[in-house]
Amino acid sequence: MELFKNTNFDFLGKKWPFIIASAVLTVAGLASLVMKGGPKYGIDFRGGVNMYVKFAQAPPLDKVRSALAAKVAGEITVVEIPGTQELIIGTELKSEKELDSVRRTMVDVLGATFGQTAGKPDLHNTGAQALADKLRDPLGRAGAGLNEQQLQDLAKAVLAFRDGAPNFGLIPGIDSLSSVPGVTPAVLNVLKQEVALSPFAIRNIEIVGPKVGNELRNQAILATLYALAGMLVYIAFRFEWIYGAAAVLAVFHDVVITIGLFSIFDKEISLTVIAAVLTLVGFSMNDTIVVFDRIRENLKLMRREAFENLVNLSINQTLSRTVLTSGLTFLTAVALWLFGGPVLNGFSFCLVAGIIVGTYSSIFIASPILIWWKNKMETGGKTPGAPVVTAPADKKPGRRESVKAAK
Amino acid sequence: MRKNLRWKAIVIAATVLLSIYGMIGIPKSKDELVANWRNNMKLGLDLRGGSHLVLQVQVQDAFKAEADTDIERLKEDLNKQNVRFDSMERNDPQTLEDAGKIEITIKGVPTDKVSALRTTINDNYDSWNLVAINSQDYKLTMKQTKALDLRRDTLARSMNTIEGRINNLGLAESAVQQRGRSDAESELLVQLPGVDDPARIKQIIGTAAMLELYEVKDGPFGTQEQARLNYGGVLPLNSKLMKQAQRADQAEAWFVVARTPVVTGRDLRNSRPQQGEFGKWETSFTLNQDAARRFERFTESHIGKKLAIALDNNIRSAPVIQNAISDSGRITGANDQQEASDLALVLRSGSLPASIVYMEERTVGPSLGADSIRQGILSGVVGLVLVVISMLLYYRKAGINATVALVLNGVLLLGVLAYFGAVLTLPGIAGIVLLIGMAVDSNVLIFERIREELAAGKSALAAVEAGFSKAFLTIIDTHVTTVVSCAFLFIFGTGPVKGFAVTLVVGLIANVFTSVFISKFIFDWELAGKQQVATLSI
Repeated sequence: MELFKNTNFDFLGKKWPFIIASAVLTVAGLASLVMKGGPKYGIDFRGGVNMYVKFAQAPPLDKVRSALAAKVAGEITVVEIPGTQELIIGTELKSEKELDSVRRTMVDVLGATFGQTAGKPDLHNTGAQALADKLRDPLGRAGAGLNEQQLQDLAKAVLAFRDGAPNFGLIPGIDSLSSVPGVTPAVLNVLKQEVALSPFAIRNIEIVGPKVGNELRNQAILATLYALAGMLVYIAFRFEWIYGAAAVLAVFHDVVITIGLFSIFDKEISLTVIAAVLTLVGFSMNDTIVVFDRIRENLKLMRREAFENLVNLSINQTLSRTVLTSGLTFLTAVALWLFGGPVLNGFSFCLVAGIIVGTYSSIFIASPILIWWKNKMETGGKTPGAPVVTAPADKKPGRRESVKAAK
Repeated sequence: MRKNLRWKAIVIAATVLLSIYGMIGIPKSKDELVANWRNNMKLGLDLRGGSHLVLQVQVQDAFKAEADTDIERLKEDLNKQNVRFDSMERNDPQTLEDAGKIEITIKGVPTDKVSALRTTINDNYDSWNLVAINSQDYKLTMKQTKALDLRRDTLARSMNTIEGRINNLGLAESAVQQRGRSDAESELLVQLPGVDDPARIKQIIGTAAMLELYEVKDGPFGTQEQARLNYGGVLPLNSKLMKQAQRADQAEAWFVVARTPVVTGRDLRNSRPQQGEFGKWETSFTLNQDAARRFERFTESHIGKKLAIALDNNIRSAPVIQNAISDSGRITGANDQQEASDLALVLRSGSLPASIVYMEERTVGPSLGADSIRQGILSGVVGLVLVVISMLLYYRKAGINATVALVLNGVLLLGVLAYFGAVLTLPGIAGIVLLIGMAVDSNVLIFERIREELAAGKSALAAVEAGFSKAFLTIIDTHVTTVVSCAFLFIFGTGPVKGFAVTLVVGLIANVFTSVFISKFIFDWELAGKQQVATLSI
């Protein structure tokens, strides 16, 4: 099967609609950023609390918000993860000193509002040691006393049942524990008397102090800038500096549009999103390098061809690779988006958007920059009119031919 | 050609077998296989559940304590040498950054005694510089080198103490390490796998656990003012005020106690919880020989007077000394057994040299971890299947070649991760999913080149040869660029981002091997021995 054979699309003749589309996206993203006062940082970068709470039946978001707002000073955000009964409850943190108290208050309020455990410990939100401590004496009284090791094993088995597939945190009822190894009818009775089930389980707590948040943000921005600079240097070293500049500009364009999209869709930028941004930087760079590589090669083969035609030819020659690779990578990113779960949602969204933007930016942003520069050099050069094309690899003719596949 | 291929086959088989060995060892049974796999493939806290804490050691506390001790010592020394002065006080740096700005101000030194003061400081107080403010007032500033040492030492001692406490709790596989790139940040990272309710552990880690036994000079008083009024507004020399820890139903109480404690937590030999009168839980402690002798002498001479047992600058109880006590005491007032045994634990592990502040907590419940693994694997498998189907459709037989390379890429990656003891995190799984895409890219680049060469009329063998050699440079360029960006991610990134970078880099390096070396080998193998006119299914 072959998708493209000897194509000869005039990509660069049709660059303007894409450049305009890019400009519109960039402006829209920047406008959104300005209106919303900068990117919407996740708690990783501004400090705050995020709690992932899984409910048996998700309560109205307002109820959660108002219950918490009564006890917690900061603004409360409650978001439902689509398609699940899971809420992400967040608030901000003004200083490190509040870290413990805010956490405790939030857990207490949730327990008081939705708990209904009548003072008994909540099996959905307890640790193995606490459960073992709770059961030790009652089991003894019920004539089902266990030694310490058995007790610990029992507690661990019960919690493993709670946390593993298919329950993932919430069990349907205490009776369902009868299938757990070690839970005899006597043990089950004690469990029924001693513990209760609240209709929610706190699955994840992230608390970041504002100081750490600042530090992480600075580190992330630095990492991105250094990564871009590193790539520029590497490409400049392998090609010519203008290639590096064009590639980095195209990639920068991708990053700006992606960050803009995050702002437009009101998505938070977290540490994992930064990892995704850097990945898309790598991907987009990949794409650009493949095209540039072809240009470099063709420059040696076809010295007399006008530069613009040569670039167009190179894009056509690599077209089927571009479409196939981007298509397959896009498929994996979509799979990650659909099945990767809430924690990776921002990550995969960034990739899905980034792969689209990154693929066309090599063709419609990086290449036109290259042509624009070459034309400028020519008209401004010493021999106007003569279609001289500078070949970057001229100094080492035949280098490519001398390279063999790794042996 | 044949011989060459045999050598390549051996290299490939050895690499793959080594990787598999790294992952599962040599299992003798199915159970052992599973156990080895679990042992070798380490999961991060985000996948297996657990707590990740970042805390900051308030180093300025140790600086203040150091200054306080030296003030006491210096007062005594100057007293002996008959050097009089009006006052000697230290400033009160509040933040970590200001710790080094600690100063002791000595006011009103008679001019004829200045040289004696200078000699004493130079001879016996080598951590301080004496600076004149004017002819009578002087200040001591801490030497830079000494301040650096103290910082480092405080951090190290805090780390040891916290490690001791965590080990005492029996938390396997926990780790305490320094975070940040310089000592100045004074941050520690505590990782507690499997802990999903860290509230109690945070409490235990954060307790200063500074036990001090004081001679009570007077008290109790209702307020600080009352205590001062009792002495005409100024406390007697070598004494200080201390508050009694109170419950909600108790009235405030203050004691005037001796400035220096008789015995401190450093003199402890052991500590354990026990049930005292009326079945109430309390924590008992025993002193080491040296302190026991001191304590016996003290109690003998103070029978009928009160002794204050203070924990973290709060008096827990102030019993009357009935008779001489040598080596044991107890701290009452615990609410339950756990509180008493937690206190015993922190006393055993020694006190923290400085207080700590929590900067960050991330706790992943085991259910979310299990869910994340399931989702990560599901998306990985879906992505992989889609890719493999597309490759087989598009490249037919050569698609099999690409699939083999892809699978071996995964095997090598996991093998290397296992050998390095690298931890697989959620972003790491994402990195693997992405690697699938990049690995395919290498194959696509090569296969497209081979097709081009075939279209240009080359023989199968020549086309493979040319395709690989032409695509090689491009692959190297794209991979190196990504590795460069990952390097910066690793250097400047934190925790999860680092895991992502490591996984991706290892995967990319393995990919050069699988897509260039192994894929080429498979083509060569297929074409070996055939005629020059052999065709290729691609």
